[in-house]
Formats: sequence, C-alpha cells, structure tokens
Amino acid sequence: MVKVNGVEVDAAGKTVSEYIATTEYDSKRIAVERNGDIVFKSQYAVTVLEDDDRLEIVSFVGGG
Amino acid sequence: MIPTKEEWMDALIARHGSKLHELFSAATVAVCGLGGLGSNIAISLARAGIGKLLLIDFDCVDISNLHRQQYKASQIGQCKTDALAENLLEIAPYTDIKTVTVKLTEDNFAELLKDADIICEALDNAEAKAMLVNGVLEQLPACFLVAASGMAGMDTPNTIKTRKIGKRFYLCGDEVSDVEGTIGLVAPRVMLCAAHQAQTILRILAGKYEE
Repeated sequence: MVKVNGVEVDAAGKTVSEYIATTEYDSKRIAVERNGDIVFKSQYAVTVLEDDDRLEIVSFVGGG
Repeated sequence: MIPTKEEWMDALIARHGSKLHELFSAATVAVCGLGGLGSNIAISLARAGIGKLLLIDFDCVDISNLHRQQYKASQIGQCKTDALAENLLEIAPYTDIKTVTVKLTEDNFAELLKDADIICEALDNAEAKAMLVNGVLEQLPACFLVAASGMAGMDTPNTIKTRKIGKRFYLCGDEVSDVEGTIGLVAPRVMLCAAHQAQTILRILAGKYEE
C-alpha cells in the first residue's frame, strides 16, 4: 500500500502518471513529493510507486 | 522627518534583538507576483527589516485590484513593481529593493531567482503556481519555498493555515477555495494568507522551521 496524503491507497506498482490518471487531479496544477523529495514532472511516467511509499500531492487552486 | 539609517536600524534592533535583526537584514527574499498576496507580503517583510527584496510581476495596477492589493488610486496604470517599490520605500526607506517587470516562465525563473534565500510564490493562476513550485523544487533545491493555495471567497478565516510539505517547502492557505466559483478574493482573507506566508518566511530566517 502507498500512503497518499495520509491515506492508504492500493497504488504500488503503478507509475505516478498511472496513479494520477485514476484520480481527479489535474496534472498541470499539482506538485508531487515522494518520501520527502520532489518527483520531477519529467519522471511521472517512469517513477514506479512501491509499498510503504509516502506520496504528497499538492493541488493548486487559483487566487493570489 | 525621515529617520536616519542608523536610527532606523537601532529601532529594529530594539524590537527584534540584534541576532534576529542580523538574520533578517542579511536575507534576500523573492516575492513572485505582487497582487493581494505579494503586495501584503512585501510590506510585512519590509517592515520587519528584510535586507533585500526582489519583486517580480508583469502587470500594471488596475482599478479592479484596489479592493485588496496595497496600491493607491493615484497609482492606477503604473507597473506593480514600480508602484510597490515606491510604497515600500515610503514605509521602510532603507530596504534594498530590486524590481523585475516580467512574466515568470519555465525558461526565466531559475536565472531570476537563483540568488534568493527564500522564494515566495504569490501568483494567482493555478497552473502558473504549479509551474513555479515544480520549477523551484526541481532546479533550485537550496532555496526555501513558501507557496500559497486557497484563500478566495467569504469562507471562515480559520481554515487558512501553514503546512510543511517537504524539507524546504511550505504551503499556506486552505488548499481548496478556488477563485473560480466564489465571489473572488476579499482583502482580509487574502491578507491572512499573505500574513501566513510572511510569518513563515520570518520563522525560516529565525531558524524555526521544524513545524
């Protein structure tokens, strides 16, 4: 299981891109940290999530 | 009568103590976007005695900005960079201010921001925010980053908060209140978020970034 924003999710084995495609997140409006390190945008398609990974997905909304 | 630089610095030391004053006055903070967030953040930082402020925005002061942004009616039509620099120097005359009137893009941000100790994301567009945050975290890993998401509308002030996301990445706001689908931005709620960002920047400089 992978912990995504504190919630256990069955996402091990999926790439970051594959996991995001299963969610409501807009990939142009997010930043993703995996185990405390930024996942480069260019690496979403090749970064495979593993059991016990901690994923933090920050989704930006407009206004400033 | 404007105080001398020595009187000014002595007054800050009397407030903050010499150790904190040294940390604040040695710092370079970049404020990216000078709207409701950035204009308020810059004023707080200038008042606190931050040594160098790098102010970046491509836009001009518009009548539609004045209900929440720190500009004056007489400044409509001026570049926000110039107008804010003018206002900051009236408030805190010895602040070292550098302005860049340009739109931040994937191609120019790293060069513009490379000398900052702390980068403050205060843009308004969600995709631009994500671009800058990803860019800074990927290409400027030595900088601290204080970003904002979610401060629009008439919701309670009590949901605006600061969260530490990564080692050097903090996020302020309620993370959900999009400018679309609300009445837009209102001054106090934007100021609350700006205050979170400014206080987080001061806390980072003071070495209090454990939260």
